[in-house]
Amino acid sequence: MNKILLVNIEKPDQKNIAKYRERGGYTALEKALAMQPADIINEVKTSGLRGRGGAGFPTGMKWGFVPTNAGKPTYLLCNADESEPGTFKDRILMERDPHLLIEGMAIACFALNCQLSYIYLRGEYEFIAHIMQRALDEAYEAGILGPSIMGKDFALDLHLHLGQGAYICGEETSLIESLEGYRGYPRIKPPFPATHGFLASPTVVNNVETLCALPWIITNGAAAHAAIGTEKSKGTKLFSVSGHVNSPGVYEVDMGYPLLDFINNEAGGIPNGRALKAVIPGGSSVPVLTAAECDGVLLDYESLLKAGSMLGSGGMIVLDDSTKMPEVLSVIADFYAHESCGQCTPCREGTGWAAKILRNLVAGKGKRADIDLLLKIADMMEGKTICPLADADVMPIRSFVTKFRSEFEALCAS
Amino acid sequence: MIQFSEEATRRFQTILSHYPEKRAALLPVLTLAQREFGWISQEVSEYLSELMGYPPSDILSVATFYTMLHKKPVGKYHMEICRNVSCWLMGTYPCVDEIKRQLKVDVGEITADGKFSWNLTECLGSCGTAPAMQVGDRYFETLTPAKIIEIIEKLANE
Repeated sequence: MNKILLVNIEKPDQKNIAKYRERGGYTALEKALAMQPADIINEVKTSGLRGRGGAGFPTGMKWGFVPTNAGKPTYLLCNADESEPGTFKDRILMERDPHLLIEGMAIACFALNCQLSYIYLRGEYEFIAHIMQRALDEAYEAGILGPSIMGKDFALDLHLHLGQGAYICGEETSLIESLEGYRGYPRIKPPFPATHGFLASPTVVNNVETLCALPWIITNGAAAHAAIGTEKSKGTKLFSVSGHVNSPGVYEVDMGYPLLDFINNEAGGIPNGRALKAVIPGGSSVPVLTAAECDGVLLDYESLLKAGSMLGSGGMIVLDDSTKMPEVLSVIADFYAHESCGQCTPCREGTGWAAKILRNLVAGKGKRADIDLLLKIADMMEGKTICPLADADVMPIRSFVTKFRSEFEALCAS
Repeated sequence: MIQFSEEATRRFQTILSHYPEKRAALLPVLTLAQREFGWISQEVSEYLSELMGYPPSDILSVATFYTMLHKKPVGKYHMEICRNVSCWLMGTYPCVDEIKRQLKVDVGEITADGKFSWNLTECLGSCGTAPAMQVGDRYFETLTPAKIIEIIEKLANE
């Protein structure tokens, strides 16, 4: 198994810039600074790296959309608003290897000609803000950030910006609105952030894990990265696994690694001699897979899509055969109802009513007709809103209700 | 009239210097104000209105969007307990029951000594170390009712 991201994650002194550099840190940035920015972008394109926040959009292509003649500054924003239920992969990178993120961001900034950049960190992660800020201070002191980065005629300022509790701000246009000092309402696209993002300037929003892969790609070359993984899913991926497993945690595996092997080996299998019932493979917003559906599924974008789910953020929740699926769905539905920004009626009303109906069902006060009503609400939300939050509620509702319908019906038997 | 301390004023100026437009500093300024004054009251919004150059209603409309900005007073130690899937599976509610037993206050209320309040919150990104809670800039993970008793005792004596 290849290691691109978690190479030094177990070393307690990795947060220290001297130790980071002793282990080869900031040599990728040095190498990048000697390259032409266009060549760095090409390298990232060739590497096959795709956005690790959830959407899986090719990173190099995203960078390629940024106009070079806009007459305005370009901004790189690091999306560290990790809050998709089941996802805790970005925090380990920032907690234990903060300079890796800074180095990745500096490479991206140089490639994009960006001289002012922000890490949008969820406010709940304030303890990580202390770690990141210390690393930023060290990087400024070492001349890796500031008016002339590593002696190059290129200035870069990098600041931490803390969110204050809103899942929706992980959606890139909402993140931009929030960074501009407004309520985090997602924007209608187009225009896309690549041309009209932060302060109506060209903007790239990349996830922490995506940015942390850049130093390795620059050091080892795009071809080495493209040699790992499957035909269309390149490199490694972090999976954060939780729920009913013996060894919950964050694991790095090659794209295309078998899902069931991951659960049984990396995650240590299911505790208490119980059997697997279902898996939410990529964060609470992706369709749930039954145990039977997991057979033969590989952990990559295409294989999970073919199985009827998604890779998403890699936030995997494993459920054993004692799990009451309507209760799980009710918890998930409450989440989306709470986190809907309220801007679009189908989402504001749909997530709210779905959550109420499910709470009622779980309390044994539902009717059979409620089950079909849930599916109807899902149809009325899907694809009818500015951002994908409503769809993120639709996917669990539809998959839980369809695949575990008898459990929902049993709740209304009386 | 409320006012930032000297240190908060310095911090305010540093925050402003990080952004090409003043408006972009609003969220960190609200966070600073909450640290300074405890919560975002009408009075705080009027003060920030003066500082930032936007109407108090605008300031409050932003504050009300974000769950970590308090629109009413909270305890010195405000415990945010995650109620999402993995935490719930691993036992959020037995911990919540213990908190209620220990503090004798319901959700959103403050203990008589002003030290504690609690709330249920959404995913904290601690799914692998569930159940979890956040208290200011600290995370407490793999919680059990017994651990809750220890944590409350420790915080009460800080």
